[in-house]
Order: sequence, then C-alpha cells, then structure tokens
Amino acid sequence: MEKVRVTGGSPLWTRPEFATIPFCPGCQEPVASEALLQVLEETGLVGEAIAVVGIGCNSFLPFLWKMDFVMAAHGRPPDVATAVKRILKYPLVFTVQGDGDCFAIGAGSTVSAAIRGEKITIIMLNNNNYGTTGGQMSPTTLLGQKTSTTALGRGGNEEGFPAHVAETMATFKGVCYSARTAVNDPASFQRTKRCLRTAFQMQMEGLGLSFVEIIVACPPNRRLSPLETIKWIDDEVLAEFPLGEFKNVGREEMEDREPVEVKG
Amino acid sequence: MVQRLLLQGNEAAGWGALAAGCGAFFGYPITPQNELTEWFAREFPPRGKVFVQSQSETASINMLYGAAATGVRAMTSTSSPGWGLMQEGMSNLANAELPCVVVLVSRGGPGVGTTRHSQMDYTSATRGGGGGGYRNIVLAPWSVQELHDHVQLAFYLADKYRNPTVVLSDAILGQMAEPLEVKALDFGSLPPKDWAVKGITRHQDGQRRGLSAGQGFFPSPQYPTYLDFMSAFDRKLKAMRASEVRYEAHCVEDARLILVAFGSTARMALEATQAARERGMKVGLVRPISLWPFPYEAIRKLCKSAKFLVVEDNLGQMLEDVEMAAGEVHFLGMLARHEPREQGMVFPDKVLEKIEEVY
Ligand code: SF4
Repeated sequence: MEKVRVTGGSPLWTRPEFATIPFCPGCQEPVASEALLQVLEETGLVGEAIAVVGIGCNSFLPFLWKMDFVMAAHGRPPDVATAVKRILKYPLVFTVQGDGDCFAIGAGSTVSAAIRGEKITIIMLNNNNYGTTGGQMSPTTLLGQKTSTTALGRGGNEEGFPAHVAETMATFKGVCYSARTAVNDPASFQRTKRCLRTAFQMQMEGLGLSFVEIIVACPPNRRLSPLETIKWIDDEVLAEFPLGEFKNVGREEMEDREPVEVKG
Repeated sequence: MVQRLLLQGNEAAGWGALAAGCGAFFGYPITPQNELTEWFAREFPPRGKVFVQSQSETASINMLYGAAATGVRAMTSTSSPGWGLMQEGMSNLANAELPCVVVLVSRGGPGVGTTRHSQMDYTSATRGGGGGGYRNIVLAPWSVQELHDHVQLAFYLADKYRNPTVVLSDAILGQMAEPLEVKALDFGSLPPKDWAVKGITRHQDGQRRGLSAGQGFFPSPQYPTYLDFMSAFDRKLKAMRASEVRYEAHCVEDARLILVAFGSTARMALEATQAARERGMKVGLVRPISLWPFPYEAIRKLCKSAKFLVVEDNLGQMLEDVEMAAGEVHFLGMLARHEPREQGMVFPDKVLEKIEEVY
C-alpha cells in the first residue's frame, strides 16, 4: 500500500483503500493527527493501539492511519473505548473526538468515563464549532463568535458560555492527567506531542483517565483564511482557553483508584 | 456436566450466558430485570470476566458495541424504557455487523409504562426501533429453561450472522422460579472472528482492522458503494428469514381453531387448548419461538383449514403478523385480563371463554 505523507512526517499515514479523504485547506486536524502519529511511532505503541472515533471531521482520520480503529456513534467513543480497554486490557485505547462529540452530545459519556476513571485517553480536537455539518455553535464557541446557528454572535444569556473542558476534566478524581494544547506554531506542536506522550504513558501505567484538548483551526467555518484563523486563535481563542497542564498526578494520588485485578 | 437448579428466569439468562462463553456484560438498573444485572455483577468479576454498571442504557449498548468489536461474546439486558434508549445503538450494531445479545425483559405501556408484566415491546423488538430498516432475530422463550437455552442460541445466531440478537422475556418469565438444567449447548461451528480489533501487530496478516457504523456511507474494500452494502445486508436478512424460523405446534392437525401465542402467554394458551380439547373442541396452538423471522408460512398453511385466535398480553401487536398470514383472525388481548384489577393476568379460563365464543 502506498504511503501518503499528508503533512509530511509520520509513516503511519496510509492511503485509504477506497477514496480520497478531504480536509479543508488550513484545517489543523491533520496537523494534530501528525503529532499523534509521531508520538505513537516514537513510543512504539502503534502496534497495540486502538483508536475510537465518533462522528465529525475527525472520524475520517483513522481511515488514513495504519492502525486498528472503531468508529462509533456521535458522542459515544468513551463508552466504546471503556469496553475495548476493559476486555483486551493490553492495548493503548484512545478516542479522537470533536468538541461537540466530546462535550455536547457525548458529555454524559465523557464525564461518566472520568467518574469511573477508565484507563483510556480522550483526545478532544477543539475547533470551536461543528465543522462537518457546516459550522454551527458548539459548547466551546466563543462569546460573540458568529456561527450558522448564532448569526448575531454567541450570547451568554441566550446560548450559554464557552465550556472549559480540560479544566472540568481535571476536577474528576478518576482523571490523572488533563491538558490543553494547540498546534498553531512549531513550539506548540512539540508541546502537544509531549502532552500526548505523557497522557499515553499514564494510561499504560494504569493510573486513570488522561485527557488532552487540542485547539485546531477550522478556517472555512470561521469565514477566514487559514492564516487569519491562526491569528484569531492566537488573539481570541487562547485568551478564553489558556494552554497548560491542569492535572498531572502520580501513582500515590491515584492509589485508591487502583482497579481490582481482573484475570484474563 | 449437567447441573440442576431451582432458579428465577432472570438468573437463568445469566447461567445461559456463562454457558455460551460470554465474556462481558454491561447494564443499567431497571425493573423487572435487576436480578439479571445483579447476577452478572456477582458472578462475572470473580470469573475474570467484565462487568460494568453503565451510566445509562445508551451507554450499555455502546459499551456492547465496543465489546463486540473486540470479538468477545458480550451481552446487555434491559426493560422497555431502556430498550427505547438502546435503539440508536442497535441500529449501529446492525450496520457495523457486530454480533451481541440483548435480553429484553419487557414491561407495560409506552413511555415509562409500568413494571407489570406485558408483551408491549413486540413491535419495537421485531421491527427495529432505530434508523435504517435493519432487523434482528428475536427469540421468545416461554420457560426458565428456554431463557437459559435461548440466550445460548442467541449468541450462536448473532455470531452466525454478525448481527445483534434479542431474547424477549417479560416480568413473569424473569421473576418466576422453575427447575433448570444448566448445560452448554452445541449448535455447531462458526467462522473465526478475524475482523475483530486487537492492535495491528496481533493480526496474522499485519493488516489493520476498522469497524464502523458507517458502512455504506464510508466506502470500504468490502462494500465500495452504498448499494454493495445494501445488497449484502439484504442477503443477510433473506438468509435469516429462510433459515431461522422457529415455532412449536400443538394439536393443529385437525384443528378448527388455532391459538397463536408467544412467551409466558403461550403457557396460558396451551392450558386453555388442552381444556378445550377435553371438552371435545378441535383447538390447537402455534407458538412462534422466533418472533422475527415470524412463522408466516406455517400459519399460512394452517389457515386453509382453521381460523385463528391470537392471545397476547398487549393491545394486538403480533395480531398484525398473524393477519398477514391468515384469513379469519380473532384477538384476545390484555384488556381481557382475568382479574378486573391492574395486576391481573390473562388466565386460561378467560382464553377458554373466548375460544367458546369464536369456535
Ligand atoms: S470543516 Fe473544519 S474541521 Fe472539518 S475538515 Fe474543514 S476545516 Fe477541518
């Protein structure tokens, strides 16, 4: 099978057997995906990795990866990943979800997996809107941001306030790691890789649920050019959603989360 | 080894799952199936098997989806309102061709309904309540023993067709105790599940596996177009219709009136049939065991010489299936429950009365 270097880098990209998969010009989901694939390659975890995706632009990604994957219903990847991990026990199980998938339709699944402290990693690609369906408001849409369902801009009293998912996830005792990163410049790309590596490592050590939110650009739905979108992220998105690690705890702090040993 | 126990139907379903080699159960509390979920919570972890109490029935069915994707035999159980929540998941399981078993211990009424026994979920179980025109085989046991046996058969059929299978129980079957022979049943060999996800290095061919509820939407090597997927799906439905019709007939050879009843209600119908025979009336009984695929052909053949009385604990859902196959069809439903109280059941003498009326 011919390798396709979508963003030039990881050899884990592969041409899907059937069709080309489109991402809009300037979309940063393939960039975030490149960071993910590089980490899997560098850590040697890809052979035993199982990706679980829901519905959204990101659900096209695993069709481009040399990796086992399960595509679930909209918002349900944490439930699906819970079962995969509990049954197989050995693999690296991670979800890739949009912000709507993860914290609107799937909020119950995400929060419940955090409460149970499932030994999985949730990767949320936050593009501040519903990309696939044409740019409607999502839980992370900024106040004042115009979308196809907030024509006058999101107003807090009417449409509610932006959800801080990485900070929220950090509050659950079952969560051992929670971070927000971006891929808007080479340094943040490297930081994203470090966060993903930490999250995966903590999962493999069985510490608890690890969570990484990655801010990504979705230019067409912002009605901005790719470069303008990155500037908007720098100036406005990161002002609302600061980058950083909100939780990173060791084994001692997770001790009473140790699972009962389940035999194969 | 055969073990004889006196057990509730709900627990018998658990023993059946264990005998079938079920490795994971996901469930959410709902009456009248709680003994079933509690059985798995008690019996599975000590055996190294997976039990998860989910946050909702929506989660249960999606955990089942994830479990089935690993190739393990997995199960959930629920009752009517929870069954409603599972419909999106059932549709996705059918699309992704993931085999698994759902035990539905149905209760009364639409909405929250009641916790009383009823057969109100016949239509949603047999027609598929989620989007997209899928079907699943529905088995309708009428005894504690059959609950145990049908769960095993359901796992076999699910694997055979790579499709979810439903065992339709009810509050009477779930709660009553009967002697049970616990034993593993052998239905024959099955193809290996080489489609299951494991991680790429664990596949002999080193190729990735991708399981998706978007077959027909996302082209795949197996199904390049929507129509390829639909044709394959159609072949599967036809194969199930051709090979998986199951029913039992009692005294139908010379019958003028044939009762059609399933599940717990069929027990009352059989007793009434026997009483009518003792009174010299030529009455028989057909008990559909597979509610989908429904035994239309068997009923169609019998309708040349007999008329029908459908007995079911609902407002007439299987009635429509019998009407599709037969000429003259009468109906006795839940509104004819024997006792004029809401807890009442359709007792045999109420059925007998109706037999005498329409004979
Ligand atoms: S709609 Fe947005 S998220 Fe989706 S592919 Fe286009 S740019 Fe990327």
